[in-house]
Amino acid sequence: MAVPLLDVDDLTVRFRTDAGWMTAVDRVSLAVGEGEALGIVGESGSGKSVTALSILRLHAAATTRMPTGKILYGGKDLLTLPTREMRQIRGGEIAMIFQDPMSSLNPVLTIADQIGESLRLHQGVDQATARKRAIELLDLVRIPDAARRVDEYPHRLSGGMRQRVMIAIAIACRPKLLIADEPTTALDVTIQAQILDLLRDLQRELGMSVILITHDMGVIAEFARRVMVMYAGRVVETAPVGQMFRRPVHPYTEGLLTAIPKLDVDVRRLPTIAGSIPDPTAVIPGCRYSPRCPQVQESCRRDSPALLPAGPEREARCPPRVAAMAKETVA
Amino acid sequence: MRLSQAVPVLLIFSVMVFMLMHLLPGDPALAIAGPDASPEAVQKIREQLGLDRPLIVQLLEWFSHLAVGNFGESLTLKQSVISAVGERLPVTLSLSFVSLVVTLPIGIGLGVVAAYWRNSWIDAWVMVLALLGVSLPGFWVGILSVLYFSVQLGWFPPSGYVPLTEGGVGPWLASLIQPAVVLALFQIGFLARITRSAMLDVLDQDFIRTARAKGVDEWTTISKHAFRNTLIPVVTVLGITLSLLVGGSVVIEQVFALPGIGRLIVQGILNRDYPLVQGTMLLFGFAFVVINILVDIIYTIVDPRVRYG
Repeated sequence: MAVPLLDVDDLTVRFRTDAGWMTAVDRVSLAVGEGEALGIVGESGSGKSVTALSILRLHAAATTRMPTGKILYGGKDLLTLPTREMRQIRGGEIAMIFQDPMSSLNPVLTIADQIGESLRLHQGVDQATARKRAIELLDLVRIPDAARRVDEYPHRLSGGMRQRVMIAIAIACRPKLLIADEPTTALDVTIQAQILDLLRDLQRELGMSVILITHDMGVIAEFARRVMVMYAGRVVETAPVGQMFRRPVHPYTEGLLTAIPKLDVDVRRLPTIAGSIPDPTAVIPGCRYSPRCPQVQESCRRDSPALLPAGPEREARCPPRVAAMAKETVA
Repeated sequence: MRLSQAVPVLLIFSVMVFMLMHLLPGDPALAIAGPDASPEAVQKIREQLGLDRPLIVQLLEWFSHLAVGNFGESLTLKQSVISAVGERLPVTLSLSFVSLVVTLPIGIGLGVVAAYWRNSWIDAWVMVLALLGVSLPGFWVGILSVLYFSVQLGWFPPSGYVPLTEGGVGPWLASLIQPAVVLALFQIGFLARITRSAMLDVLDQDFIRTARAKGVDEWTTISKHAFRNTLIPVVTVLGITLSLLVGGSVVIEQVFALPGIGRLIVQGILNRDYPLVQGTMLLFGFAFVVINILVDIIYTIVDPRVRYG
């Protein structure tokens, strides 16, 4: 990859909780190239959403310590950017859509107003032009009868339609990067597929980069070119999607893949990963996955593993497995 | 639709007012006849006024008069209830109006400020002030206020009312601003607390994050995206606030010797002036109903999800 569009380096985010400070995101690094689709996958609490919110500095200010590390975009570090400039990036250069379309739109403002606001802010267009552009955008996200819908309030729209409106808001100013945080999780399965199709088409048409955050491996397989797996605030594996599905390195990734129900096999019980994600405030020595890992070794419980290269464009935070793979390649 | 609901409400309310008044010990005939009158004279007055008849007859008679818009004659004021109320209504309306004009921006403003800087010293001070506002009794603050601002500093007249038609806006406002502010203290405290908690709820909503993600600045986030949503619960309690305003004016009018409806009611109750009190209370009841309908109308303006058929 040449100079990436977005380069996150050693991002650490800490929250204040009743039980003290907890590290939600622990030295996460990631890069997104121009036009690339990166998937971030992990269970709830893995830190994937916090990572995404931190890129736009949208984390809850009251309970979060300013994230440390670097978020480089266009030669600037977003973490140290003055608020004014940060606002120009938000919605202009980098846009974001969220998990719950039912609550993400303002109930007292019309669709035209909510889409138009972006345009007025970043492109300085007047109200009439903004409304016209809003209709075009609704067409673009395939909302039927856009000219009529544009003057309605969100409560008149279904969840899928609302997510389309959210996407319209996000792409209004032709952002270079779209961060989609679980964009289909709250929707019906059929609608999920439509929204994913829409996102993929828009990504191609507009040539934007996308970071898609999900806990759904199926979504990743359909959408992303590269995938990053997070566990308990850390990156455990990065790989091109095809390779990860064919040959996961980290046992956690393996577990996630086994947990995908297969349509052609009848099972009584769906396979799961034993145990649950650790309490974020708990201190786990060594590898954070070790308490749940079926292939755990003595060293795993002792030494904190580093993220090691595991082939071209691949990294994994599991020294035993990486070593085993290297041996196979040599042999 | 809402208006048709108002009819049974007012009917029940008027029966209750009537019963309460007549259950009070005491006799208007005594008040009219004076302390030295003979029992026979008092009895004669009772008969003249029709007070010797059964309660149910009196109630039905009152209703039949009400049905044709006749609120009756005051027993003690030598004027009709309508004209007695009409004379004093402007005073109470002026007081409520000025008080509301003081209350709304300050109460809502303080609430918003406290919510925006939640858990800061600003928030703490606003909440202390709000608590004082709702807990300090109005008559006591009123007396202190008169002692300081009227007697000591001489800024405002200590009591009395100057109608708009007599002295113009200046003296009218000067005669009202002190009681209005004292009356507003409770409302401000109440409204500030409600607004603060409503605003805190709204600021945690996903659509606020959406606004920020669009690049909207803090001021617009608050004033455009959060404020109208905050108003929805605030409007709900606005009806209660307005009703409290009317109730509070009864006390404040006593303290500042304002010749308003509140004083009229107190006078009427002391004299057992049945028609006067019943008529005035019915007017209050009607005012509450109108306030609540107004609140419902404001609702539809503030919240597009609410529509009445």
